[in-house]
Amino acid sequence: MAITQSAGRILPGRKPKELNYNPKRPVWKERPSPLYQTIKTLVLVLFSASIIVPILLVVSTSLADKEQLAKAGGFVLWPERPTLEAYETIFNGPMVLNSLGVSAVVTIVGTILALFVTITMAYATSRPVLFGRPVVLAVLFTLLFAPGLIPSFLMIKELGLLDSLWSLILPGIFGAFNFVVMRSFFMNIPQELIESARIDGASDWTILWRIVMPLSKAVIAVVGLFYAVGFWNSFFNALLYINDHSKWPIQLLLRNFVVQGSGAADGLGISSVPPGQSIQMAVVVVALVPILMVYPFLQKHFTKGVLTGAVKG
Amino acid sequence: MNSTTEAAPALPDADRVPAHAEGRVPGRGKGKPGKGKPGRATRSKPRDQHKQSFGSRLRRDKQMLLMMVPGIAFLLLFFYIPILGNVIAFQDYQPYLGIGDSMWVGWQNFVDLFANPDFLRAFWNTLYLAAWQLVFLFPVPLVLALIVDSLISTRVRRVFQSIAYLPHFLSWVLVIALFQQMLGGAGFINNSLRQFGLDPIPFMTNPDTFPVLVVVQMIWKDAGWAMIIFLAALASIDASLYEAAAADGAGRWRRMWHITLPGLRSVIVLLLILRIGDILSVGFEQFILQRDAVGAGAAEVLDTFTYYTGVVGGGWSSGAAAGLAKGVVSALLIYAANKLAHRFGEDGIFAKKVG
Repeated sequence: MAITQSAGRILPGRKPKELNYNPKRPVWKERPSPLYQTIKTLVLVLFSASIIVPILLVVSTSLADKEQLAKAGGFVLWPERPTLEAYETIFNGPMVLNSLGVSAVVTIVGTILALFVTITMAYATSRPVLFGRPVVLAVLFTLLFAPGLIPSFLMIKELGLLDSLWSLILPGIFGAFNFVVMRSFFMNIPQELIESARIDGASDWTILWRIVMPLSKAVIAVVGLFYAVGFWNSFFNALLYINDHSKWPIQLLLRNFVVQGSGAADGLGISSVPPGQSIQMAVVVVALVPILMVYPFLQKHFTKGVLTGAVKG
Repeated sequence: MNSTTEAAPALPDADRVPAHAEGRVPGRGKGKPGKGKPGRATRSKPRDQHKQSFGSRLRRDKQMLLMMVPGIAFLLLFFYIPILGNVIAFQDYQPYLGIGDSMWVGWQNFVDLFANPDFLRAFWNTLYLAAWQLVFLFPVPLVLALIVDSLISTRVRRVFQSIAYLPHFLSWVLVIALFQQMLGGAGFINNSLRQFGLDPIPFMTNPDTFPVLVVVQMIWKDAGWAMIIFLAALASIDASLYEAAAADGAGRWRRMWHITLPGLRSVIVLLLILRIGDILSVGFEQFILQRDAVGAGAAEVLDTFTYYTGVVGGGWSSGAAAGLAKGVVSALLIYAANKLAHRFGEDGIFAKKVG
């Protein structure tokens, strides 16, 4: 730091503009060469564009009207006369609404259960408790291995959960990673708070509910959002366990009608089809929007919640 | 198992932290106000733990033990019991007979598997794609993190990070759908090519370029997210090291070679180990979603083979055998990678006691 400051004092004679002098750049850091600067900018711009353009394209096309679509040959980057026709069409058929409902139920019930299981387990093992250590080791063990597809499938079958929404919920209600994040957060809660509550006669459940959880709102929010995104996005469990069309979550619907493109019209239960392109796009957008809606919260909290919990070491 | 793989980038340190926190002596906690005194060393329980009898500890902890019940029930039902279920790999499993009554066939399923050209192709594809991923996928987040870290403007940084993290939260179905709309036969790019009178390019259906497509999709989806952990590690490198090196006349590349990369070494090694343990899982959903478009010849990997043989085809035992073979090889790979990390003087994942 000393060098930085003294060098700063030597430099003021130079005119900032001529040097392209950036006050935030540490003095010891040389200006990047034009070539390096160009490559850097190019990488960042291309990477960002590759993410933004497809999303913009899909949203715009779903909103575009027939004439513009026909003129543009299938895709538009900006809808000139935005119309919700495509959305009206897909919501008139039963399938999309139904799938959204299934996904919503699975996501909400799943997230609540997942938070319950994760919080209790993380709290119970965050303090020196009988059997705490073997349980933690058992959980961490699950990080490294997976039981395998066929045995998991047979388990769900044995439990009689095939074709039931529980088969989409139960396998996802505990994640080892989320457990680790939650537990390391709980371990950093001042022990004095817990001890004093205990001396006052509070039970462990009361301590968890009245002291630990209010202090952990940020991490609970992050872990909850992770679970919610996981449930909303999961598609493979549905492919494995659900045959009944009326219980398809939105991701499976998306896969069957957009990715595999099997007759959108009859599959979605829609009679008249405006431009097929915008129908497909509308289904994509419907699956995308909830994620875009929670993303600002996710982004705001995950560095705080997850990184303080996990990367601090 | 899904949430585990999803969050992979941040894992390595995650399971090391508890070890750290617990190893902390009370005195060190004081340097960080507001954090309280973490770790067991400060807690009042451990000292008298030796004196207390098992029974009284049981009584004291009974509510805490009750709290573990849901989690333990989950682990048993969806992890440990299914692991035992792998025994059907050594049986001629018939659903109507169940595990108890099905015939034992020993290693026969494995012998059959390795004589099965479909399985061998899936095995080969898995290794091939895994190699592609290791070589081309692994360095990308590191390079991105180095670039982002070198940005002076915090605003540009924030904007780029917001954009780059987003695709991680999109489902694979959505990602493939977006790619299809862009690169597919009727997608944006091929549509534009046609309008200019050019021939469309079969990005999504060409088996020969499939590995490239897969890696590009993975970069698109997760490179930004994987950057986080490198950024955190970069931020923890002491800036005065750079300053001192610059004062001694070290240029940009020397500083990167002698300060940045050594500073990232343990993170890189850890991520690499986890990556290697996961490498045979190349990316299940991604393949199952695109297998129809490219054909099983290029897109059949061990996981999809397990699915199609076992669940779709009803060959439960050969499916389970394929799954088990993959699991065992993965475990061996983790072990070997960890050993190698020790050889290089790094902690790896098992070095520190956890829990």
